Amino acid sequence: MKFDTPATTNPIDQLKVVGKPTDRIDGPLKTTGKATYAYEWHNVAPNVAYGWVIGSGIAKGRIASMDLEAARKAPGVVAIVTAENAGSLDKGKRNAATLLGGPEIEHYQQAVALVVAETFEQARTAAGLVRIDYTPADGAYDLAAVKDKAEKTKDGDSVVGDFAGAFAAAPVKLDETYTTPDESHAMMEPHATIAAWEGDRLTVWTSNQMIDWMVTDLSATLKMPKDKVRVISPFIGGGFGGKLFLRADALLAALGAREAGRPVKVGLSRPLMMNNTTHRPATIQRVRIGAMPDGTITAIAHESWSGNLPGGSEETASDQTRLLYAGANRLIGNRIATLDLPEGNAMRAPGEASGMMALEVAMDEMAERLGMDPVEFRIRNDTQTDPADPNRPFSQRQLVQCLRLGAERFGWAKRNPKPGQVRDGRWLVGLGMASAFRNNLLTKSAARVRLDQRGIVTVETDMTDIGTGSYTIIAQTAAEMMGVGLDKVAVRLGDSSFPVSAGSGGQWGANNATAGVYAACVKLREAVAQKLGVNSADARFEDGQVVAGNRRVPLAEAAGADGLSAEDGIEYGDLDKKYQQSTFGAHYVEAAVDAATGEIRVRRMLAVCAAGRILNPKSARSQVIGAMTMGVGAALMEELALDKRTGFFVNHDLAGYEVPVHADIPHQEVIFLDETDPISSPMKAKGVGELGLCGVGAAVANAVHNATGLRVRDYPITLDKFLDRLPAMG
Amino acid sequence: MRPFTYERADSPAAAAAAVERRPGAKFIAGGTNLLDLMKLEIETPAHLIDVNGLKLDTLEATPDGGLRIGALVRNTDLAADPRVRRDYGVLSRALLAGASGQLRNKATTAGNLLQRTRCPYFYDTNQPCNKRQPGSGCAAIGGYSRQLAVVGSSEACIATHPSDMAVAMRALDATVETVRADGTTRTIPIAEFHRLPGDTPHIETALVPGELITAVTLPKPVGGTHVYRKVRDRASYAFALVSVAAVVQRDGSGRVAVGGVAHKPWRVEAAEAEIPRGAKAVTAGLLADAKPTHDNAFKLTLVERTLASVLAEAKG
Repeated sequence: MKFDTPATTNPIDQLKVVGKPTDRIDGPLKTTGKATYAYEWHNVAPNVAYGWVIGSGIAKGRIASMDLEAARKAPGVVAIVTAENAGSLDKGKRNAATLLGGPEIEHYQQAVALVVAETFEQARTAAGLVRIDYTPADGAYDLAAVKDKAEKTKDGDSVVGDFAGAFAAAPVKLDETYTTPDESHAMMEPHATIAAWEGDRLTVWTSNQMIDWMVTDLSATLKMPKDKVRVISPFIGGGFGGKLFLRADALLAALGAREAGRPVKVGLSRPLMMNNTTHRPATIQRVRIGAMPDGTITAIAHESWSGNLPGGSEETASDQTRLLYAGANRLIGNRIATLDLPEGNAMRAPGEASGMMALEVAMDEMAERLGMDPVEFRIRNDTQTDPADPNRPFSQRQLVQCLRLGAERFGWAKRNPKPGQVRDGRWLVGLGMASAFRNNLLTKSAARVRLDQRGIVTVETDMTDIGTGSYTIIAQTAAEMMGVGLDKVAVRLGDSSFPVSAGSGGQWGANNATAGVYAACVKLREAVAQKLGVNSADARFEDGQVVAGNRRVPLAEAAGADGLSAEDGIEYGDLDKKYQQSTFGAHYVEAAVDAATGEIRVRRMLAVCAAGRILNPKSARSQVIGAMTMGVGAALMEELALDKRTGFFVNHDLAGYEVPVHADIPHQEVIFLDETDPISSPMKAKGVGELGLCGVGAAVANAVHNATGLRVRDYPITLDKFLDRLPAMG
Repeated sequence: MRPFTYERADSPAAAAAAVERRPGAKFIAGGTNLLDLMKLEIETPAHLIDVNGLKLDTLEATPDGGLRIGALVRNTDLAADPRVRRDYGVLSRALLAGASGQLRNKATTAGNLLQRTRCPYFYDTNQPCNKRQPGSGCAAIGGYSRQLAVVGSSEACIATHPSDMAVAMRALDATVETVRADGTTRTIPIAEFHRLPGDTPHIETALVPGELITAVTLPKPVGGTHVYRKVRDRASYAFALVSVAAVVQRDGSGRVAVGGVAHKPWRVEAAEAEIPRGAKAVTAGLLADAKPTHDNAFKLTLVERTLASVLAEAKG
């Protein structure tokens, strides 16, 4: 189905099932432990051997020698895979470094060997007996040190008007630099894969967000035809972008299974994950804003620097600034330098998550200089069109409504605009806010739908559910389209033998994958109508029946003994060129700072989101509060601590890499505006799972400033960065 | 993890003898620290002697009005004991500031004293670490050292001791009772129990090989107001940036021990005379010989400010 004109009324608009706060249909499987995760497919891959990955002990250089003798002789060892015996390998187009290194080493903990043994313990013990001598080489590890060597990225700068002139002439201006650190996805389930060969065919049971990307890159790396590789990943214990790609667990499980001649399972240990896989790269961001005394922005510039391995991409942290606020003169761009760190890549809301942490503090600082309320300053600079192209409107943009509703609900009017004034016992208390912004991305997505003689509708698509609720919203979509209850819908996901979907990433999964199911269901409705000899436009699907004129035929009967099946997908025209499609929101935060120690504790949070039709308010809320939690982590504690001498992330476990715990997260409230966006898809929905993160960190930072009067422009905002500026102790 | 053999001991002296007999043997009780370290091959004992069955898990009053805490009393039970809560509040609070409920259910009193540093370089076997591999060097010096020691450190090691409980024990002048392989017992004041790193950071306590902790004894209650304040980046389940254990009397006298700053719970009795004059004066004495790194110099300010807050709270 080609979607190239805005949606009109369609069966989804009935909202009998879609839009309801349905419990997740896969919930009972998960709460009873019956959902099978990547490392648990014991039944389908019997006689499995266990692989343990050895990562490089240096960040850059060469392996001088590798002594495998003791490991080979260790009890239970079945095989050892290294670059020397792995055969000729290519590199997937979405991998910056090779996934099996040696003799060249490209980053710390790059996999250099897989030890396969009868048991997990034997594999791990034998791995400890491998002796590797390295010849280290100098590398570049410190972004600040290589910043001046950074180059503009291929997208180029967005230049509108004369930024330099307008900024120089602006009566009120700000020029500040902000930094965000490297961050780890730190999802609960580690990367894990079981691989089994049958002749020249490979099956991997894994934990992956983007099935087709994985098939493509795994087959490319192994230099084998794509149709000989099957990837199965129905349940995923979190990803946050860390599982978008083929990683070492899957490749090494496949190589290990080939070498061992039997299925092999590989899980990455937590310490390995932090340096072996991808992470959100650090940024340095310079923001300049010039405005008239009435708050009208006349000049805005946002430049972002990040680093990556050769072939890796930049963090697009300045991109939202192209679209979020008005301003006649603009200069916006990203720069990238070469670093020899583990690969930087997408982590939840890549670009905006980091970019909003800078831009939205800059806006707060600018409001303060203007003597304006920060909410009003943002409203003053709202735009309903792409600031670089006045002929290109936003498909929907209710930023102002989000800001105003949030201010009202949160009690913003009670905020003392003068910082450092509110005290509650030993705590300094402040309120902060930020806009939320994240683009809505369209990508094609397909599904197969079957109707059987029992009247059961089964949906198959390679879409994934990484804890987001994909199973449920897909079931709701199919139920709405076919006029049945959720109990008559089965959803099967995460298998490369199913039609290729949008996958889970970039908050594009919900809208695109359900739109693909919508398309397949439209086709199935046509097949049903055709079989009954009625015009599909005249047929209504309701209460498990097809109703056409005076006829009422149960779906089960219409399906017949052989059932009916349809496959289709959604493809998009140029509506996202004609219109800018984005999601909007507002974050409000109350934070308290211990006047003595500088410890920061968030007290209240509110997010107001305008993100098209909310397909399931319960799972959407769950996504947003999770994102808000992640935003608190980014603001206050998350940082992969870098050893700049030797180029590795030092705090490579969950004791050292701190993410928020329950005690850090207070009452969270989420409000969704009642919105539909017919330009986005037939579902009239958009993404929301990343919107909830974009701006949270800045809202926390702004609350800390309101509490203390202090600005910390170097995330995370930990007490060591401002302790000496707190008021003296009485 | 290296393969190891395992036995259960049936008496404290037998346990001590078993460890002394087998080079590379270790005791195991709660295992909350040792097992993690074994998985990472930071600890590689060839033999484990399980002491959980030694019945060292009771609390009893001592003749002079103190409290004898069996080595195997779990952190949860110790924190909840009515006598501890009434007479040694700083200890109960310190325990509850540490780890998580699940870990405290397993972790023992003796094991808590013996837990090893959380220095990230100690935890990465690719990195030199004099504590893990004597003579290999210290990667933490000049590296990422935000959490590490500011006082009492050496050119060989800047690790900190991670315990909260031990800081309170230090403020309370606890003593550590042990038994050795030959059955002889001795009592070690907590002040002498943990060592500074010096040139031998791998030797962390006064215990000799095979020596087993049987109890930790608290002297009779000293009264006063008991405060434990742990400063950390998140609200729970994090190691201290610094912590302060204080017992302050109505007359303004008191005791102060500090965690998160040294290779051992840090207390300078001479500095306590300054308590009536305030945190700045006390801190000056406590941290007189501090040698912080660039990353952790903030701890000097943090100790002073936290102590000021604690003293204010103690005054009420």
